[in-house]
Order: sequence, then C-alpha cells, then structure tokens
Amino acid sequence: MPPSSSGDSAERRFNTRLGLILFLIYLALYVGFVCINAFRASWMDVTAIAGLNLAIVYGFALIVFAIVLALVYGAMCRTEPTESAEVSSDNQPTDSGDAQ
Amino acid sequence: MIYDPSWTAVFVFGAFVLGTVGLSFFLGRKAKSSEGYFAAHGQIPWVVNGVAFAGDYLSAASFLGICGMIAAYGYDGFLYSIGFLAGWIVALFVIAEPMKRLGRFTFADALDSKFNSRGIKAAAGVSTLVVSVFYLIPQMVGAGSLIQPLLGFPHWVGVVLVGIVVITIVVTAGMVSTTWVQFLKGSLLVVFSAVLVVMLLNRGFSTDNETFQTIGPLAADSVRSGAIDGRELIPPDNGWEEHEEFVRLQRDDDLGFDLFHVEPTAEANQILLRQAQSVTKTADGKTLIDGAPLGDGDGERQLKPVGAVSKLPEGKTETGKLGPISFFTTLRDSEVMLWRNEKFKLADGSTATVHYQKATEGTKVLRPGEHPKFAGIRGDEATGSLNFLSLMLALFCGTASLPHILIRYYTVKDGAAARKSTIVGIATIGFFYVLTLYLGLGAMTSGALDLTDNNMAAPLLARSLNELLFAIISAIAFTTVLGTVSGLILASSGAIAHDLLGGVLGMKLSGESQVRIAKIAAVIVGAIAIVLGILFKELNVGYLVGWAFSIAASANLPALVMLLFWKQTTKEGIIWSVVVGMVSSLGWILLSADTYKSVYGLDPADAIAPFSQPGIVTIPLAFLTLIVVSLLTQPKTDELVA
Repeated sequence: MPPSSSGDSAERRFNTRLGLILFLIYLALYVGFVCINAFRASWMDVTAIAGLNLAIVYGFALIVFAIVLALVYGAMCRTEPTESAEVSSDNQPTDSGDAQ
Repeated sequence: MIYDPSWTAVFVFGAFVLGTVGLSFFLGRKAKSSEGYFAAHGQIPWVVNGVAFAGDYLSAASFLGICGMIAAYGYDGFLYSIGFLAGWIVALFVIAEPMKRLGRFTFADALDSKFNSRGIKAAAGVSTLVVSVFYLIPQMVGAGSLIQPLLGFPHWVGVVLVGIVVITIVVTAGMVSTTWVQFLKGSLLVVFSAVLVVMLLNRGFSTDNETFQTIGPLAADSVRSGAIDGRELIPPDNGWEEHEEFVRLQRDDDLGFDLFHVEPTAEANQILLRQAQSVTKTADGKTLIDGAPLGDGDGERQLKPVGAVSKLPEGKTETGKLGPISFFTTLRDSEVMLWRNEKFKLADGSTATVHYQKATEGTKVLRPGEHPKFAGIRGDEATGSLNFLSLMLALFCGTASLPHILIRYYTVKDGAAARKSTIVGIATIGFFYVLTLYLGLGAMTSGALDLTDNNMAAPLLARSLNELLFAIISAIAFTTVLGTVSGLILASSGAIAHDLLGGVLGMKLSGESQVRIAKIAAVIVGAIAIVLGILFKELNVGYLVGWAFSIAASANLPALVMLLFWKQTTKEGIIWSVVVGMVSSLGWILLSADTYKSVYGLDPADAIAPFSQPGIVTIPLAFLTLIVVSLLTQPKTDELVA
C-alpha cells in the first residue's frame, strides 16, 4: 500500500502532512520567482533591499528559505514507533551518527 | 589558452587521487556482499550521508558549469543554483522517507515494491541507465577541462584518466567507498569555495584598461583610410570584407595582426575600436591566433586570458576590501567587459571564431536574461518564456528523480535517518549555491578567464588569487567529478545487475555473482562515459546537466509520486509513464534547436521541437499517461479482494 494509506501510524501521517504543507509553501514561493522571471522579467531589475535588486534578493531568499524549512521539518517531525522494529528485522546495526 | 603545468598542482592533484583510490581499496574489504556493495549495509551515519549527498550532487555542473555560466553571462547561471536547490525540497518533503521504506538497492526496487513486476523493473532499469549516461557526459567533459590547466594534458587525456580512476573506485569497493569519497569531496568543496569567496571579497575589484587596447573615439570613415593610430590597416580580403564590424591592424613584429571590433558611440559618426581576438582553423587543420600559429614559442601566439571591470563607481581604479552586499552594489554601479563571439567561414575554406569585447553595465549582469538561452524571457515570443518555465520545472522535479541520489537513501538505517541526512544535504548544498554567485561574478572580473572554455572559470579565479589555492581547488574539482561519476556508474551497474539481469531476465544470482556482474557493468558504462566525454567536449556542462534533469523528471518522478499518493496507480500505469516520460523527453532533446546546433552541426532553425527544454510538456504527459493507463487497467473487484 502507498505510505500515506490508512494503515500508517499517526506519526507517519503527521510527518507526511507536515511535509506536504511545507512543500506547498515553498512551491508557492518558487512558482512566484519563476513566473516573475518568465512573464515580468523587468521586475527583477527593481531595487528591493539594501541596494540589491529583486533577482538577487529573491534568489538568495529561495535558497535560505529552503534551508529554514528543512530545519523546521526536522525539528517538528515525530518519531515513528514502528521504525526501530522494522530496522531490527532488516539486521541493520546502528551507528553513532544515527543515535543522535 | 595554453596552460603550463604547475608542479604544485601536480603534487596536490596526485595526493588527492592517490588518497581517493587508497581509501577505496581500504574500504573495499567491507563490500563483498550485494548489501555492502550497493547499499553500504545501510550503516552510513546520517551526517556523513548528508554531506555525501552534497558530494554526489555538487557535480562538475554545479562547480564548473554554473560558475562558468555566471562568469560569461552573469546572473543567468545562478538560476541553475536556485532550481537545483529547490529540487531538494521535493526530495525532502515528498520522496526521502518513502523511498527508504520501499526500496532496497535501486530506484526500481522502490517503484516495484507494491507490484513485483518485471515490466516495472525493466522500465525503471533502462530509465536509470539513460539518465545516468546523460548525467555522466557533463562530468566527463568537466574532467577533461580540468586536466588541461592542471597537468597540461589534452582534454581527452583528462576524460580517460577520470574514467580509469572511477572504474577502479567502483570496482574495488562500491557504495562504501563512494560514500566516503563523496563525504570528503563535499566537505572540501564547500570549505575551500568559502575560502575562495573570502579571498575574493578581500581583494575587491580593480579596473584593467591595459591588457586589451582601445582606440578612439574616431571618425566613422577612418576604418576606410590606410592607417589608424599610426598603424597600417590591413585591407579586408579572404572574406573579412563581409564583416565590416572587424578591422585588422598590422603589428610591428609581423606576428599576424591585431584585430579590433568597431563599436558605435553615442555621438553620431564616431566609433570606438576595442581589441578582439580570433581563432582560425585552416582547411589543412592548423590553428591560428590573430593570423599567427598557435603556440607559446617564438613566432607563435595564444589567446590572452580575459575578464575585467572596465569602470568602477566614482572613477575609482580599485575598491579595496568589499563586504558580501557591497560586492553586488559596487558591481551594480560599475561597467564590466564581457566577451561575445561570432563564427564565420573565410574564402579560403578556413573558419574564424572572433571573440570581441562588449562593455556591459553592471546592472545587466545582476539580472536574468543576458545568456542567449535565457534572453527569450525579455523578448516578445512565448517560446522564450516557455523554454524558461520548462527548464525551471525540470530542475525542480529532477533532483528527486536522479538514480544516483535516490540510491543514497538506502545507505542509512531508516526513514528518520534518510530525512536527517537530506536536511544536512540541503544545508550544505544551499550554502554552496550562495557562494556560486560570488565565485562566478568574481571569475567574470578576475582577468583569468579562458575564452575557449568557460567551464574553467572557478579554478582560474583561484589561480588569479593564489597558485596553491588553484592546485587545491582544481584537485577538489577533479575529485568532485570522481565522486559524482562513481555514484552514477554505481547506479547504472546496479540497474544492470539487480534490475535487468536479476529482475527482468530472472537470472538467479547469488549476492557475490550480482556484485561481480555489477563490476563488469561498471567497466562497460565507464568506457561508454569516456567516449561520450570526448565527443561532447565543446558543450557547457551546466547546460548538459539540464538535459539529464529533464529526462529524470519526466521518466521517474511522475511514477514515483503517483505510486506514493494515488491508490489507483497500477503497474501498467507505472510502466507506461516511465516509458512515455523517457522516450518523449529524450526525443524532444534530440530534436531540439540546441542539439541541432551543438551536436549535429545543423541549422537550429530546422529543429522540429519548438523550444529546447522538454519538461513542461513531457512531465505532465508522463503524469497523464499514468492516470489514463491506470484507470484503464484497474483490477476487477474480485482481484482486489484477493
């Protein structure tokens, strides 16, 4: 079954929904950037902040925002209780990095 | 340009390559089984895997291609940085954890997790091979570009060298060594790129008005007199008479001529002559630079390095140290000298490529639309905007569909580790992409650019700052290629051994046999990559990667996303989606204007595809195919119950 099916744990459903919400937020920002470039490219010349034009400000913002959303997702995601059981059945030893 | 090999560079390069291969042999002991070879036993720590993601992803396209494109045209190259990073959002929020849960060794494993279908394995296996080969081409082209200034060897030697080293790495140890090579490479690339940017900001900008001569303003009819500025004007002949925008002046040393581009000024009937450079390939295969034989000996000439700020704000000649924001605001108020080229046939059958200067306002290199491939967004035709939308869509959807990225999710122990490693990857990659704009614009104004190969912009920027830094950056860039190519060859060999031979042909292979066949496949794919890297040497590596993203996004992403989020997806839907996405995007690329011009040498106006980037058509087409075929092939109710 697809992972978003009703058989999934509450934690997994929460994580999936959170991921989709954050994805849509970023998608809206990205679509805005792409559409301005494609249909109103001259707007990118306009000075936005600190003497920088919109192209640089929006471009950097997209990169920084991606990092911020990734960190938010990492902080808010819930641990899935079944995962450790799944892992042990695969004979996969743990390691120091994963313990964090 | 002719490069003199630097012993420092040779030493640093040798140390990097030996270290990489040594590490590979050392870790090879752990990879006897198929679990070890393809997935590193799922034991890689998530932090290491996250940086290895960066190592895998920050390929020759990111470091060499993007910086090169920014150096030549400005902001347009940065659009790739933005699109490449945005793709990771899809990977993190949509793909990462399900991919880890569903798969085992390859992309096909995940796609086939629900159906156990030979058709899915075949389609996904072939798609993996096609995407990987398209992604391999720019990496190999980049390797060849790097070897020239580093060791003084021709381009093809670099391609062969990287091919041999990578095959050695993959054959000796598989995913374990590939991961650690990626980790080391990713870390070093980001750290030393940051060092390079700090040094660049400390140096600031300075004007250069001496390397190339400017004559004028002159009366417009002076180009029809016998002499200019006291130098004899060579009468236009042999086809030059059809290109009145260029004039040739005699040199005192009789080493060919000095070429100038005639530029109109704001005042009527006044012109300016800016020095240009020409490369002529004669009918008998010789290369001439401004009429003199190419070489660095007596009686020979070579192209001069380029890239300069021609005017700084307030008439300054240098800025001194700059901050990360004043770097852009200073450049905005400056004038930079970009170089453009024109290629034409001469009457004696030779072909001349003329490189000429174009004074450009700083504001224009800090906005999109200067590169010929992006200029359409400032034009009136809809195809320009469509081409742009298509590329940005492919970059957004492509990352989470690249086989060599997807298989990295199997090297960690669980979905949470996959998620965490993706976050580390995004942070590392995002930081690097911020640096690319500084590196590219720094290279644009460094006076070190090679007119014949903009892929070398970042390493040559380093050379303009410090010879040791150049050696280190070049060696890291070479290791960058090694790491990415290793990952791609590993993904390809896994597709052949695990998906096609084991899954489709039904060959019962033990773990060790699978590994043995994968290693043989790695040698074959490596050899193919070497040949393609030599054939495609002229193309910008960043642009080539755009094609790989389009194919990956069209063939792989629709099937993967629909499998995860649409319960009515059937195996027939997946198979047809992968096949239609792959064939349509590949076909579109092969019939596009860019391929006509750069690969076939045909008139791009004859191209069948209306614009070059296929994603905006082929990605929705693959989604639509999956939906229609799935609806037509829904299992009957009794089968569902069973």
